[in-house]
Amino acid sequence: MDHATDLSLKSTPLDALHRSLGGKMVPFAGYAMPVNYPIGVLKEHLHTRAKAGLFDVSHMGQGELTGSDPAAALEALIPGDVKALAPGRIRYSTLLNAEGGIIDDLMITKVDDGRLFLIVNAACKDGDYAHIAAALDGKVKVGRFEDRALLALQGPDAAKVLPRFVPGCEAMAFMSSKVDRFKLPSGKGVDVRLFRSGYTGEDGWEISIPGEDGEAVAKVLLDQPEVEPIGLGARDSLRLEAGLCLYGSDIDATTTPVEANLNWIIGKRRRAEGGFPGAEKILAQLKDGPDKLRVGIKPLGRAPARAHTEIQDTNNQPLGEITSGGFGPSVNGPVAMGYVAATHAGTKTQVNLIVRGQSMPAEVADLPFTPHRYFKGK
Amino acid sequence: MSELRFTKDHEWLLIDGDTATVGITDYAQGQLGDIVFVEVPEKGKQLKAGADAAVVESVKAASEVYAPIAGEVTEGNTALPDAPETVNSDPQGAGWFFKMTIADQNEVKALMDQNAYDKFVAELS
Repeated sequence: MDHATDLSLKSTPLDALHRSLGGKMVPFAGYAMPVNYPIGVLKEHLHTRAKAGLFDVSHMGQGELTGSDPAAALEALIPGDVKALAPGRIRYSTLLNAEGGIIDDLMITKVDDGRLFLIVNAACKDGDYAHIAAALDGKVKVGRFEDRALLALQGPDAAKVLPRFVPGCEAMAFMSSKVDRFKLPSGKGVDVRLFRSGYTGEDGWEISIPGEDGEAVAKVLLDQPEVEPIGLGARDSLRLEAGLCLYGSDIDATTTPVEANLNWIIGKRRRAEGGFPGAEKILAQLKDGPDKLRVGIKPLGRAPARAHTEIQDTNNQPLGEITSGGFGPSVNGPVAMGYVAATHAGTKTQVNLIVRGQSMPAEVADLPFTPHRYFKGK
Repeated sequence: MSELRFTKDHEWLLIDGDTATVGITDYAQGQLGDIVFVEVPEKGKQLKAGADAAVVESVKAASEVYAPIAGEVTEGNTALPDAPETVNSDPQGAGWFFKMTIADQNEVKALMDQNAYDKFVAELS
């Protein structure tokens, strides 16, 4: 029995579709998920950057905080300014532990003053909801949408494709969200929540759909000539080139947002007021600089450097390690990110990577490796 | 007369007298996916059976290619590092990794022939 048919694994509402498309199913965060389809990771990656790719991300946690001032309740757990979010706007943030370490990263959408929509990582969702629930005082409740599908349509042609079924969605601003109706060819309308965001560095949407309609929506999108199904393999190489963090690899409970080079998620008001977990440490790091910093690393040869590869300075002294690394199909060469001593975090700093016992030259590089092409408005 | 032998690590050996050409099988390249980096051993490298001999990396993962038998490398395929995708397109032809001497013919006899390997692969899926 192949382990992706292991009955202990959960499946998404699109499981049968993945298998019918020839998806290679692997266990991921407790779910059977497609790592690639027959065209392979490389072509899936390049297709997404050239046209549009459809990803099943239904394994991710969708939930909500409802009640009296959920923004204030959530601000006790994250460094972002949620109170300033306008209805229909999305913010990226991190749940923090008492030491300022990152428990998870998440997307927060303000629906209205009494409701926040949350999207969290699959592997963290049970812990996240428990963590959030433990901090609530009874006026705010946490809810989970276990039965919803989540699709991501990403790439420069996404804005040609989705308006065919959701007219007008092309005007949505980057990092905005709304509820709309997806018109299936049968004439049936499906109520969906759209998020103009993603995890590839490209324009596109994430689409939250009632689980029973997930396959119908996915099939209609895959019928469009611009769209190919994309697996987790290309999702990883796309986000790596885009310089986006993978929770558990690039950020975790031992890294703070400042060390992760995510200072931009710490709101101005929050810097002045504090009041989030680990604030003392994080505010000190903002003032004095952290000891280590997440940076892009560009190997200068052709060999990829994978996670946990040691990074040394040019005198063979340890500086840190690679946290994500591989081959970037759009860069057409190896790309990586990792943590180095802050003294060596400047762009173009020469470093060595210890790959299979050999020292290989690399340099600190600006992120992203491929420019973001988010929708900037017309 | 040349003959093909296979390992359980999905390497093929084309045996020609006391030398062997070594590569990875079509099944192996299919499992790895798009190959983006290959490192082959240099001429003169002494290999023990089971030792690391070459490196092959796909977009997602790095894999070692082990020496299937003991011997000395007589040639590495220097075209591969600049065209690693050849391993996907022609794994048992132009995508060969290296050539080596055969120190002990008994090690060759212990390897699978085509029929045994085909059966081995069929049982994996």
